[in-house]
Amino acid sequence: MAKKKETVAMLLAGGQGSRLYLLTEHIAKPAVSFGGKYRIIDFPLSNCVNSGIDAVGVLTQYQPLALNEYIGNGLAWDLDRTYGGVMTLPPYQAMKHSDWYKGTANAIYQNMHFIDKFDPDYVVILSGDHIYRMDYAAMVEYHKKMNATCTIAVFDVPLSEASRFGIMNTEPDGRVYEFEEKPKEPKSTKASMGVYVFSKKELYSYLIADEADPESSKDFGKNIIPAMLAAGERLYAYEFQGYWKDVGTIQSLWEANMDLLGETPKLKLLDDDWKIYSRNYTLPPQYVGESAVIKNSVVTEGCEIYGKVINSVLSAGVVVERGAVVKDSVIFENVHICAGAEVNYSVMDANTVVGENVHIGKPIAESSGITLVGSGLDIPAGTVVPDNIRLDNEELKELTKEGANA
Amino acid sequence: MSTVAVLFAGMNERRVPELTGERTMASVPFGCRYRLIDFTLSNIVNAGITKVGVLTHYNYQSLMDHLGTGKDWDLARRQGGIHILPPYVTVSGNMNNNLYATRLEALISARDFIADCKDELVLLSDCDLICNMDLSDMIRQHTESGADLTVAVTKKTIGSGIKDVSIVHSDADGRILNVTEFNDNADAEAEPKDVQMNIVVADRRFLLAQLTDALAHGYTSFAKDLLSRGARRYNYRVYRYNGYFETIRSISEYYTRSMELLNPEISHQLFQVKNFPVMTKVRNSVPTTYSGNSMVKNSLIADGCVIEGIVENSIIFRGVHIGKNTSVENCIIMQDGYIGNNVYLNCVITDKTVTIRDGRVLSGHEKRPFYIEKNAEV
Repeated sequence: MAKKKETVAMLLAGGQGSRLYLLTEHIAKPAVSFGGKYRIIDFPLSNCVNSGIDAVGVLTQYQPLALNEYIGNGLAWDLDRTYGGVMTLPPYQAMKHSDWYKGTANAIYQNMHFIDKFDPDYVVILSGDHIYRMDYAAMVEYHKKMNATCTIAVFDVPLSEASRFGIMNTEPDGRVYEFEEKPKEPKSTKASMGVYVFSKKELYSYLIADEADPESSKDFGKNIIPAMLAAGERLYAYEFQGYWKDVGTIQSLWEANMDLLGETPKLKLLDDDWKIYSRNYTLPPQYVGESAVIKNSVVTEGCEIYGKVINSVLSAGVVVERGAVVKDSVIFENVHICAGAEVNYSVMDANTVVGENVHIGKPIAESSGITLVGSGLDIPAGTVVPDNIRLDNEELKELTKEGANA
Repeated sequence: MSTVAVLFAGMNERRVPELTGERTMASVPFGCRYRLIDFTLSNIVNAGITKVGVLTHYNYQSLMDHLGTGKDWDLARRQGGIHILPPYVTVSGNMNNNLYATRLEALISARDFIADCKDELVLLSDCDLICNMDLSDMIRQHTESGADLTVAVTKKTIGSGIKDVSIVHSDADGRILNVTEFNDNADAEAEPKDVQMNIVVADRRFLLAQLTDALAHGYTSFAKDLLSRGARRYNYRVYRYNGYFETIRSISEYYTRSMELLNPEISHQLFQVKNFPVMTKVRNSVPTTYSGNSMVKNSLIADGCVIEGIVENSIIFRGVHIGKNTSVENCIIMQDGYIGNNVYLNCVITDKTVTIRDGRVLSGHEKRPFYIEKNAEV
């Protein structure tokens, strides 16, 4: 059963997120942990429901198991609806065509029948790799007011960083006359946030035309937007104010986590007017032991802290034993840090056991980069894991072999 | 064997009037993020029981709010699930419109619910029991022993001044001889006794027959009439339980039981048993933030808190704010409490959404904690 919805959101969650390396070995990027008890996808999903958009398709392709399980029936985001709700849309086989999603535009093209169920006037396209709070409804209003074909959300970045982004060059009234992907000499500082509002009818005609073009790479940024610009369609930039962070790299993921800390954090999660929802599991409250020291940190349910935790973000079920130190680090679920171990300037994936007196990374001032520790490892007591490396099972074997020789 | 559970949500409110002014004993907040009923409900679900009737008496709004659809205990089911059974008062059937007062009367009022079930067994339980217990073991023993009814007991030494405890006397074989009410003077501080845990498993048809009988004879007491009188005629047996088991009989016991959770040995027995999670209503809180000046020792802290001061030997519920230069020691601060700056609290229990203004100094004593009621401002 479906009812007409003015707006349908399509969330592109199929990307591998290869620059997150080990973190996305077994899960898609939108399912990566963030801020103690969230996953990246909680942000766009919560934004949807807070914006009153209650028909959301999540396009999955790469390692979808964790993501599918996490989304479930959408109840956690109040998206378990009789009419609409959240639905995962994997690639599928059909009578005439069977294919993986070949690009962002092709992924939407293959799911036009899903969109049609709701007969919407507008389609919002989202991606699953940004941390931000945004009212998509206000953006749709702007889109209507400007009588636009496509509205692209932009974020003002420093000029020095503008060449890392897709940049929108606009007229004073916000109309886009040019789009440049990672320009060497940026003319503006309006970076595309990967959030688009399209009028459905026009979107469909461009998707169909693009699909017919064998030369096209079937991508919104590379093909659809340039084609619309070339045809003289009304494209507008919608300026977003507030916190926005691309968490596509280990460094930026670490930074976004650190933005939760401090006297006045850059990113405040405690906001009842725009709640970020996540799938909550029942875990016991956190226990802070007699010997514990916790300073400037975020800690969540199921944690047991007997050691020192400083400037760090801990996910559920993390144990820090007596005498262990965790500093300037982001630790994912159920990591167990044994007595005397020290973790500095690192991002640690879930379920890893850090043996007694293990040293991971170097203090931030001396470190040449973040140490990334993979999931499910069992790091033997006394191991020294250097800074700025990516520790997986093979790397760990090398490390411990060297240790044995020394 | 298929089992339906029937729970008594409100039998012991008079024990802790402070906390039950506006709630049932079952919905008394406990252990940072739980309500007392979570233990019983989780035990039931962990034993594979998926149909639960909850007998409520009065003040049950908070309980209904907590239980919702039952989804958080995996009890939102097409088949079975949670059924709230509020007092059953009819115009013609009950001329005085009296609410039931005892467990037996409550059960009689739920006769139709029990009669309509197809399960072989019924499990009866109170909702204010603090234990993580494998009920499937009790059900297995009940079935294997061929008993008509099995009563869970635990060994306890009972101090004086305690009321409404029933003691189960059984032979060497585990067959119940009779059940007596605790006699304050004679039995106090003697050797440990088999105390009734208020968890009973019975054959459903047998129980229904007993309820009909009780109705015909005007019996009202579960312990005296159904258990003690029945034990003479039928095969009643004990099930012995040795794990952690406590109930709450006063506000100071509430305080003691809460503080016991700070002992990891006890909290692990309750909350960290593999495959036996304690489930509760989830609230979607943010994680807890500790500021650069926070100092926390030996405390249990729920999510959604902001801690800027000192917290020691305390139980901090969800969404609590602890201000700067503030010291909270040996306290229980319930949900959404706001403790301002430069405050000193010692042995204080604040109920939900209490505000303590800047600079206040309040202290109780371990034996007599100072209780501040819901929504109060100090």
